[in-house]
Amino acid sequence: MEIITDQPGKKILLLGNEAITRGALEAGVDVATTYPGTPSSEIADTFSHITKYFTKKGDKPPFYFEYSTNEKVALEVAAAASFSGLRALTCMKHVGLNVASDAFMTYTYVGCKGGHIIVSADDPYCHSSQNEQDNRYFAIFGGAPMLEPTTPQEAKEMTGVGFDISEQLSLPLLLRTTTRLSHARGPVVFEKMQKPRGIGHFEKNPLLVTVPAVARKQHPVLLERMEQAEKISEKSQFNEVVNVGKPKDIGVVSSGVSFNYAKEMAETLSLDVRILKLGMTHPIPRRMCEKFIKSCSTIVVIEELEPILEQQFKTLAFDMKSDVKIFGKSTGRFSRLYEYNPDIVVDVFSKIFKVKNPFPKPVESKIKLPSRPPSLCPGCPHRATYYAVKKAAPKDSIYPTDIGCYTLGKEPPLEMADVLLCMGSNAGTACGFAVSTGQKIVSFMGDSTFFHAAIPALIDAVHHNHDVVITVLDNRTTAMTGHQPHPGTEFDGMGRPAKMIRVEDVARGCGVEHIEIVDPNNIKETTAAFKRALDFKGPSFVVSKSPCILLEVDRKRKAGEEIPVYSINQELCKRCKTCIGRFGCPALYFAEDGSVHIDTTLCNGCGNCVQVCPFGAISKSGVKE
Amino acid sequence: MNKKISIVLVGVGGQGVITAANILGNAAVKADVMVYVSEIHGMAQRGGNVVCTVRMGEVSSPMLPSGTADVVLSAEPIEALRNISFVNKKTKVITDINPVIPFTVAVGGEPYPKLDDVFKEISKHAELYKIDALKIAKESGDAITKNTVLLGALAATGVLPFKPDVLLETILNMVPDKYKDVNRKAFENGMKAIKK
Repeated sequence: MEIITDQPGKKILLLGNEAITRGALEAGVDVATTYPGTPSSEIADTFSHITKYFTKKGDKPPFYFEYSTNEKVALEVAAAASFSGLRALTCMKHVGLNVASDAFMTYTYVGCKGGHIIVSADDPYCHSSQNEQDNRYFAIFGGAPMLEPTTPQEAKEMTGVGFDISEQLSLPLLLRTTTRLSHARGPVVFEKMQKPRGIGHFEKNPLLVTVPAVARKQHPVLLERMEQAEKISEKSQFNEVVNVGKPKDIGVVSSGVSFNYAKEMAETLSLDVRILKLGMTHPIPRRMCEKFIKSCSTIVVIEELEPILEQQFKTLAFDMKSDVKIFGKSTGRFSRLYEYNPDIVVDVFSKIFKVKNPFPKPVESKIKLPSRPPSLCPGCPHRATYYAVKKAAPKDSIYPTDIGCYTLGKEPPLEMADVLLCMGSNAGTACGFAVSTGQKIVSFMGDSTFFHAAIPALIDAVHHNHDVVITVLDNRTTAMTGHQPHPGTEFDGMGRPAKMIRVEDVARGCGVEHIEIVDPNNIKETTAAFKRALDFKGPSFVVSKSPCILLEVDRKRKAGEEIPVYSINQELCKRCKTCIGRFGCPALYFAEDGSVHIDTTLCNGCGNCVQVCPFGAISKSGVKE
Repeated sequence: MNKKISIVLVGVGGQGVITAANILGNAAVKADVMVYVSEIHGMAQRGGNVVCTVRMGEVSSPMLPSGTADVVLSAEPIEALRNISFVNKKTKVITDINPVIPFTVAVGGEPYPKLDDVFKEISKHAELYKIDALKIAKESGDAITKNTVLLGALAATGVLPFKPDVLLETILNMVPDKYKDVNRKAFENGMKAIKK
């Protein structure tokens, strides 16, 4: 637990996300909340590990932490802590802020008391997301000061300073990272840790109740606070001019990880430029920017995704009647798509400044390589559920899916994912298909997703009697983001026993009349259960319950239980390819002669292929080492 | 010594590539060398390909320009070739020779190329070092030390801005006591595999 040692001056290697957690500890955070989502997860997981460490020792953790039901709840829990005078942090992935936005957009009207940092971890290039929205717009949209770190060290510093700014302005502060910051490691120097405030006190204030008359009063207050924020931005240590070479009148404006590429590539090309590095990007320091514009004949704006800084600089230049040339996205030099990298920046630099790109043209392989998309793990119970549904449902059935490992059921041979918008959308779109088509509908989501966002849609299905089968693939964890607990598990994020809520009980409470609870590892019975659910007129609900195989293998290892492995009897195998071609477990493979084998190092011992084989050729052959 | 050192670590989710990159980063901090490590998590856990970059010295960016890697350290042969855009003629590509067959080969019928062709193609563009890291790991006492073998090989190239001992110590600090001896052996055997 190096991260909780109070050793000022100590330097350790931290992930950007871990550095944010450390920054919050140094600032004396009292309450931290989240809903897990890549690339934000390690911020909260680090809080969770720390609290568990204390709980295990029998000590009270220095702060409260929870994996909330969803991002909106996470924001609301932390906002109340702030209203009580405590310091709070809420972290989420970019799309999580969409869920929390209802609270966020009015939170800035009423303002906060204790410092509150909202971390939005954006994901340019959609490394693990359904879109690459630029959440800097949320800072502008809602009216929140925003900081954007460039390194793990700066992420830690900004978290600390962010709490102070938030308290000074009485506004929640958006700390916006991207994947390449959240998942970059760098040296971070510790500072002293402040003691948390402990127990807060809520003082009543009628301005916290946003009836229309209050909201009308609070909107101008928000605008005044943003003016104050601009003054802070003018003086911020995070906004500075970095010189490269012997700069004259050529400027670069950049923020976030793009600054790293801009600086290193400007040095590599021996350019003489002044880089305006903006760390506080909302509101931008207007006077500082005006001064910068005045001193330049040409400015290159380097920012990933939307042209947010570029547009503000063009507005400033217009108001100043400046004839500075501003290169950015609208001039076609930089793209609004995907993440940047040194190659992209050096290419644009060399074109604008007419210097030679010093790097060789990247070599390409002449050999076509097989793709390696992520897939459901060997032994994943979702595969068995999908296989059973495919057997039970008519051919043109529609399979709305959701956010989680089970999205990987999209890949062949299963191809069990047809539509996906966002968390919980499986059940909502299922209802829509029921009123729009004559096709059968079986929708899928995970247990964590069910609690997060699907319950209102389930209620919609029941209230309107939509003819749908809504399935919860209940693997007892939030698997995709790293096995975090959720309301359906027996422990909470602090490692304490917690009230376990059963998805089937919730469904019953919502008025669902036809509920099936199955173990997907029994494929025959699971198929029969889905047939009954499909035959039922009206909404039916299937809970396919089996723990994530990775947790199960881990549990067995710790308990000293055997993990069986299976193999194929080559004499009985008729090479019908059902096991590979329809079930598609990644532990199965063809040898060069076309025979089928099981890679025992990959096999996790679920044994479901035994049920799939029509010729009884697969059987247990040993135990995993 | 170069002012900037760029190492690219590649492989398949679950092979410990991210851990190896993390070890390199920690060794650099121990040696008081500036370092940035970049990694991609999330879906990579489920058998996808993984790319980590480690950059040391006078660097601002954890990401490197194409064609500027000093070393590509690969835990799987075709993953080394998949990332060939990072290499130049002087880049050392160190790869384990044991393939991990993607499920697209079994299910989708995409062919896994012949290893000889893969190695020939890499040799065209860079300096290739093939290692049977799995065999060396087993000979050292445990197949689990495969990444330590690869890190030993990396240390033997002399590219790192610190002594191999710093890297070995970092590894030993991160493994449980009972695995220290096998890891030491694996590291030394990995070093020998390159020196030969």
